[in-house]
Amino acid sequence: MTLLGLDPEVVATARRLAARAAEPVVSIAKAHTTVAVERATLRLAGITGADTGHRAGDVPWVNRVVDTVRDHCGLDHGVVLPAFHALREHDLGSLTELAEATAAGQIQYRIPTGRAADRAARTGHTAIAKGLRTVDRNRAQRDKLVTRFGNPPRRPWIYLIVATGDIDEDVVQAANAARAGADIIAVIRSTGQSLLDYVPEGATHHGFAGTYATQENFRIMRAAMDDVSKEVGRYIRVTNYASGLCMPEIAVLAGLQRLDMMLNDSMYGILFRDINPIRTFVDQRFSRQVHARAGIVINTGEDNYLTTADAVDAAHTVTVSQLLNEHFAHEAGLPDELLGLGHAFEINPAVPESFRLELAHALLARELFPDAPLKWMPPTKHMTGDVFAGYQLDGFFNLAGVLTGQSILLVGMMTEAVVTPFLSDRDLALRNVRYVLDAASGLAEDFRPAPDGFIVKRAHQVLGEAVDLLDRIVRDGLLDAIADGTFGLMKRPPDAGKGADGVIAKADGYRNPAADLLEGK
Amino acid sequence: MKRHVRPYGDTTGDGMVQVSFTLPVPPGPKAEGAALQLAAKMGLDPAMVVHSHGIGGDFTFFVVYGSATHIVDLDAVEVVEREYPLLSPAEVNGVLRKLLRRKLVVVGGCIGTDAHTVGIDAILNIKGFAGEKGLEYYRELRVVNLGAQVTVPELVKRARAEKADAVLVSQVVTQRDAHILNTQEMSAAFREAMGDRRPVLVAGGPRFDPLMAGELGVDRVFGRGTTPGEVASYLVHALRTAQPEGAT
Repeated sequence: MTLLGLDPEVVATARRLAARAAEPVVSIAKAHTTVAVERATLRLAGITGADTGHRAGDVPWVNRVVDTVRDHCGLDHGVVLPAFHALREHDLGSLTELAEATAAGQIQYRIPTGRAADRAARTGHTAIAKGLRTVDRNRAQRDKLVTRFGNPPRRPWIYLIVATGDIDEDVVQAANAARAGADIIAVIRSTGQSLLDYVPEGATHHGFAGTYATQENFRIMRAAMDDVSKEVGRYIRVTNYASGLCMPEIAVLAGLQRLDMMLNDSMYGILFRDINPIRTFVDQRFSRQVHARAGIVINTGEDNYLTTADAVDAAHTVTVSQLLNEHFAHEAGLPDELLGLGHAFEINPAVPESFRLELAHALLARELFPDAPLKWMPPTKHMTGDVFAGYQLDGFFNLAGVLTGQSILLVGMMTEAVVTPFLSDRDLALRNVRYVLDAASGLAEDFRPAPDGFIVKRAHQVLGEAVDLLDRIVRDGLLDAIADGTFGLMKRPPDAGKGADGVIAKADGYRNPAADLLEGK
Repeated sequence: MKRHVRPYGDTTGDGMVQVSFTLPVPPGPKAEGAALQLAAKMGLDPAMVVHSHGIGGDFTFFVVYGSATHIVDLDAVEVVEREYPLLSPAEVNGVLRKLLRRKLVVVGGCIGTDAHTVGIDAILNIKGFAGEKGLEYYRELRVVNLGAQVTVPELVKRARAEKADAVLVSQVVTQRDAHILNTQEMSAAFREAMGDRRPVLVAGGPRFDPLMAGELGVDRVFGRGTTPGEVASYLVHALRTAQPEGAT
């Protein structure tokens, strides 16, 4: 049942406009590939490891191959045709051998034609299908473990971040957090990883304000949480970040290592990391197709808009972004139950009725996306270092989450913006959540905002503003809206930004068996 | 104000403070005793453990109240007092118009791998901070916000291209002293590239201490809670003091 009485016509209009705004961008995404999509494709085909002999430090084999192919014959036909053609031509046993031969300068890549092209595409298809079978097996294994250990006993699920920089320490902290009640563990990435155009290799122990996302780190954390799941009697989910310049590759690694949720926003990289818009939309589409296949819940990053813009004035930009994220996700094959659309409790506590405004915004998201596992994110902008005030604000945030039926609750830290959380900060934060859930988990049942009251009116107003903005975006074009600073006040033109040189227009003969398999062709 | 002071609980001179901490000791009488010993070594006498609870099996969290035996000598306290008057946006604009007869150019960004633009945006974006509008709001300032993860060479290049009068960098991430090293690298690069003709260099971030300006090689450091108005007023001050005498 709905509490806000949203007009279904207005809601349908909002979705229709979001689809129209997204349409040209989807066409652009389909017409291009990127170095990261091609690398992700080869990772699905089984390439692993890094060239440790390179003078610039470890370079992943997949980068060596894709960069060399690009030098020799371009990537507008995709990497699969030249790579698998070379594999056959040189009679090599594996892609890793091909990579080694590439590094040794023994391979001259070219684009095969005719029957040679079909043959290369076929072998590529077989290799990639094998990789996808691993992804499928992991999905089945997750389902099995969820059945065996069970889901968390109640909503919202409790999401907690660890970020030590050292995967071994992360494991200790994550295990303690899970024992203390966390249902989902997110390992925050090292600052700056989003702008690396390669995925580091191996277990890592020296991150900045976070731990590098690597295949091995994923494996270590998932294995540790499998043990803890057994111990605590519920399946502990593991989260990481499919964002930045390596979004598609990280999505593949997550699928190969049975991660459960991935941060994956359609516009975050553009706005907050100044990554080229086209690069982002192409990478995002592929990564979402992979997530859909892997049964991974994506988490979108609407909270970020509210940290740069005012959370009241910009409330409708969150709704617009959620609607766009929803459309892009559906287009990439993600069903509602895998859509962890984000929103956040970021209104200045000094604003009168700030809590009622928060409830209005949270309820609006809940009722617009009834089947999506919404991710509710805690205050960060107005955490001042006054840890006592912060603890209370987090309590209100928790209450708003319970009251409006949020699905995933990211645990707020009273020491936000002061220090990396202490062991005790996490413990106190979880106590805060537990208290609110124990004290008020059924309160939603009694919560009936007055039909023409403040909360209902505010929600209608925000939806109305969202529709107006979407209308403007449809008229101006989404890329122009992004260039004009519509979201989060950042201006990002489509031809600028990091990673722009990694975008390639597809030729007519472009082949990518991964894309075909993911799209069910 | 008296020269010698102690913390104030509810009576002058009671010295009462409250601290919380965690010890890697399982909860129990031994843990409480350990907490009291630590409190005593911290100068709390008498001290009371008013609360403790175990975290997992191996740690105990404490809240301790006690009377601090230490005395603060206010005469021995060194801080950077604001060395310039606080001006309103209108006053800043007025002075700049008279002084420069053109807009003052401010280039800002987060350097290194730091992606936290909250601080620089609070100062630069028109939105501002703490009820004050950001520098973009000032008519006589031209603001170029380069955003996050700007490399030092890029910053120098842009500062030169924009003919920057002032460069503002923000540093939030402090792991392994990244904020200090990045800022030193930045100031050295400007000195190297432009010598005396370098712009006014300002560093800001929650973990900076205004006393660090010399160590960082910058002209001014702003810490937690700095508002755009303070920065704008400082820029006017820096400009005034840089002008040859009698020019104003």
